[in-house]
Amino acid sequence: MTLAEFRKIAVNGLWKQNTSLVQILGLCPLLAVTTNLVNGAMLSLATILVMALSGAVISSLRNLIPHEIRIPVFILIVATLVTVIDLLFNANLHQLYLVLGIFIPLITTNCIVLARVEAYANKNPPLQSTFDGIFMGVGMLWTLSLLGGLRELIGQGTLLSGIDMVIPGLEAIQVFPANYPGFLLALLPPGAFIVLGCLVAWKNWAEARASARRPPRKKAP
Amino acid sequence: MTPTRKPKTALRMAARTALILFLFVVAFTALLAAAHLWTRPSIEAAAAGEKMKLIDEVLPRDRYDNDLLDDAVTLDAPELDSGGPSRILRARKDGRIVALVFETVAPDGYAGNIRLLLALDAGGRIIGVRAVAHKETPGLGDYIDPRKDRDKAHPWIAQFDGLNPAIIDAREWRVKKDGGRFDSMAGATVTPRAVIKAVRRAALFIAANRELIQAPR
Repeated sequence: MTLAEFRKIAVNGLWKQNTSLVQILGLCPLLAVTTNLVNGAMLSLATILVMALSGAVISSLRNLIPHEIRIPVFILIVATLVTVIDLLFNANLHQLYLVLGIFIPLITTNCIVLARVEAYANKNPPLQSTFDGIFMGVGMLWTLSLLGGLRELIGQGTLLSGIDMVIPGLEAIQVFPANYPGFLLALLPPGAFIVLGCLVAWKNWAEARASARRPPRKKAP
Repeated sequence: MTPTRKPKTALRMAARTALILFLFVVAFTALLAAAHLWTRPSIEAAAAGEKMKLIDEVLPRDRYDNDLLDDAVTLDAPELDSGGPSRILRARKDGRIVALVFETVAPDGYAGNIRLLLALDAGGRIIGVRAVAHKETPGLGDYIDPRKDRDKAHPWIAQFDGLNPAIIDAREWRVKKDGGRFDSMAGATVTPRAVIKAVRRAALFIAANRELIQAPR
């Protein structure tokens, strides 16, 4: 894999094809989970793991899978992988499982995995597919952390609540004064749509501004 | 196409894809079964560990010497409201039952069921109570959980310790606001009312069914 290829995969995952802001995929966990920063980050970490593995496995098997039945086979593989990861976490990393555990089965409801497998891993070699899975997941990580953080801040005036479940001893940061009345809408699903809408608008604005500044490209002769 | 190969009919193609799909299903189901079998012992050990950690909070280890999770009676006890037969664990010291540990549910919390873990000594006195699972309002009704209680030295749920519901008058077994003996936080009395009621009901049920519970395994 060349460096240019790697860069392209990274830029696609982090920004250009960002699953949450551009592809707008996986809205079900996105709405349900991102009521605070920690939850958003945790779901993304679990997704990174599943995406990297399913990318690697499906890409390795891609020449054995007939085109006509690829979707049921993908679902079979992804569902098996999610369940096996869930079992392995529960058995060997029980402390981490207590934190991440509730998020792993949620990935089953997430179409991002199937979408990337169909769009990328099915056509590319294993190494690239693994990186594609990781960077798509990292793109989701920063977006969901931002979304969860904003909702948490507006909704209850804190950041990082629930961090003590992940790293014992740490406490949530009270950003607004303790008597902040809270803004329930931000914590409810409509709030997730509204904040996500603002983030999508911000991304489009940032891109429009960047392309306006860039000198116009010369036309190919 | 070479003449030696049969032409691809729709039926042959369907049979071929069905076979491949079948092989994938067999392979991945086998993988799943292997993972399940391989992880089962450690998952069960971890679950038992979790359970013991909770039990340690209501009943100190030095009060008994048997394997608690292995010594239980199962009763049909609608009074305990746990949505099925209740398992009552028997803690023994030198073979004699010294305490009972069991779960009960307070069905009338502010936000649904509150699952409680209770330990009673042989005389029916409460050794400890913990809220195992609840959905009470964070920052308001969740002080029934000592980890969320702001008063760490005297958590609310410790008020039950040492009391015997069977000999305390029902009128006293209430929050102070209702004329009873229990403290409660202003603005969140639905939660403690539900817990207090469920603890009393469970303790009285145990007192009334002592013989059933002491039956040999």
